[in-house]
Amino acid sequence: MDINTLRILTTVVSFIVFIGILVWVWRNRNTSGFKEAANLPFEDDQS
Amino acid sequence: MQLTNTQSATYNDGVIRQFSIMAVVWGVVGMLVGCVIAAQLVWPELNLGLPWTSFGRLRPLHTNAVIFAFGGCTLFATSYYVVQRTCQTSLFCGKLASFTFWGWQAVILAAAISLPLGFSQSKEYAELEWPIDILIAIVWVSYAVVFFGTIAKRKVKHIYVANWFFGAFILTVALLHIVNSAAIPAGYMKSYSAYAGVQDAMVQWWYGHNAVGFFLTAGFLGIMYYFVPKQANRPVYSYSLSIVHFWALIFTYMWAGPHHLHYTALPDWTQSLGMAFSLILLAPSWGGMINGMMTMSGAWHKLRSDPILRFMIVSLSFYGMSTFEGPMMAIKTVNSLSHYTDWTVGHVHSGALGWVGLVSMGALYYMVPRLFGQKQMHSMKAIELHFWLATVGIVLYIASLWISGVMEGLMWRAINTDGTLTYTFVESVKAKHPYYIIRLLGGLLYLSGMVIMLWNVIKTATSGKPAIASIPPVVAHA
Repeated sequence: MDINTLRILTTVVSFIVFIGILVWVWRNRNTSGFKEAANLPFEDDQS
Repeated sequence: MQLTNTQSATYNDGVIRQFSIMAVVWGVVGMLVGCVIAAQLVWPELNLGLPWTSFGRLRPLHTNAVIFAFGGCTLFATSYYVVQRTCQTSLFCGKLASFTFWGWQAVILAAAISLPLGFSQSKEYAELEWPIDILIAIVWVSYAVVFFGTIAKRKVKHIYVANWFFGAFILTVALLHIVNSAAIPAGYMKSYSAYAGVQDAMVQWWYGHNAVGFFLTAGFLGIMYYFVPKQANRPVYSYSLSIVHFWALIFTYMWAGPHHLHYTALPDWTQSLGMAFSLILLAPSWGGMINGMMTMSGAWHKLRSDPILRFMIVSLSFYGMSTFEGPMMAIKTVNSLSHYTDWTVGHVHSGALGWVGLVSMGALYYMVPRLFGQKQMHSMKAIELHFWLATVGIVLYIASLWISGVMEGLMWRAINTDGTLTYTFVESVKAKHPYYIIRLLGGLLYLSGMVIMLWNVIKTATSGKPAIASIPPVVAHA
């Protein structure tokens, strides 16, 4: 394969992955997982 | 649960204490050297006529000291602090963590000796010669082992977003450092770059801009995502925004380097690509800034009484300001005015003094009393004073360099009707003189704030004693 085809593919795949991340975050925005994660810095105080 | 593991259930904070103290010490040293070279620009005789104290050798000493010694020690300290507390486990391989401290101090010492002696690879922010580069690589890989090892043995399900930023910073800096420092040794303190011509320039600025993007941004965003919520005592405004912020930064920063090489031998399309990605960067940068700022929503009144929180929030304002200014300066037509002028220096310092400096100081003021078993810093009044000295110092610094930078840019491009240059170069140098005095004044204010911080930290540390913080029992996660 031509090196430039590989470069183009990498760029396109990266872009698709990024869009995928956006969709994933949007769909999970109200789940307890994100809330739990956001509260991690405070778990430490409950001792 | 067995009782046997209570013995080891404490955080490994010794190395954090060491890094925190040295961050403040190196901060004073690096900023002092900065003031010396600012004074040399006003009164050139201050180079004392000696090669070791000339501007060309002291300037890299200043940049290395503030970025890698002050900034580096702060990042080591905060990342070790945050990763343990958000993973609820002690550091992986405490001995290796201790090695990163002594190894990093050795690197700083080697820099402080070799740079004034004139040893330099003459790559900006990567001046150190090859034997020191090898030591940096070893220390950095050890850092990665300690950090990711700690994440691997975490007691909680999620990896908190601050650790993503710290992790990206550690991995990327390893990659940047190793690629850009590739060189052919030609003696024990002399080497030639493995790259040639414009490729060498492009590799250097791929490194250089990502040093800004990952060392001075991603790492300090990790600080922001832990210490702002902690100090404000509320979780980050939007966790989903923080994930988008992270990935958007990761996907775009790598491409922005060519904006350092506008109108050079670099192919035109590469310059335009760098400019386009620099413009895109505004979005994630401001997303992150807004996320930090909005964490304060409903708690803005705390800014009135809490100087530490003020350090952090004003730092975010400077982050927003410099990440607006940066993309603007990356536009080729703007760059044709700003490049090679003091405007660039002013821009860097609004990011460095404003964003990186203030958020570091805020995080250190948060950590130091806790690390030494105190309720708060020795003097809250001194923190207040430090805040105002630093803020006024930054404003004087960047405003004077904006004026002198735009002025000299305009003077350089001014032409008479017959096509000859209106001003000689030395006329533009002369015109900058008063602004250099104001810049020095701003720098001295910033330095004096740092000296007060050192006094405050020493007082806090000596009146307390090293605190042993125990790891809370793991709350059951589904």
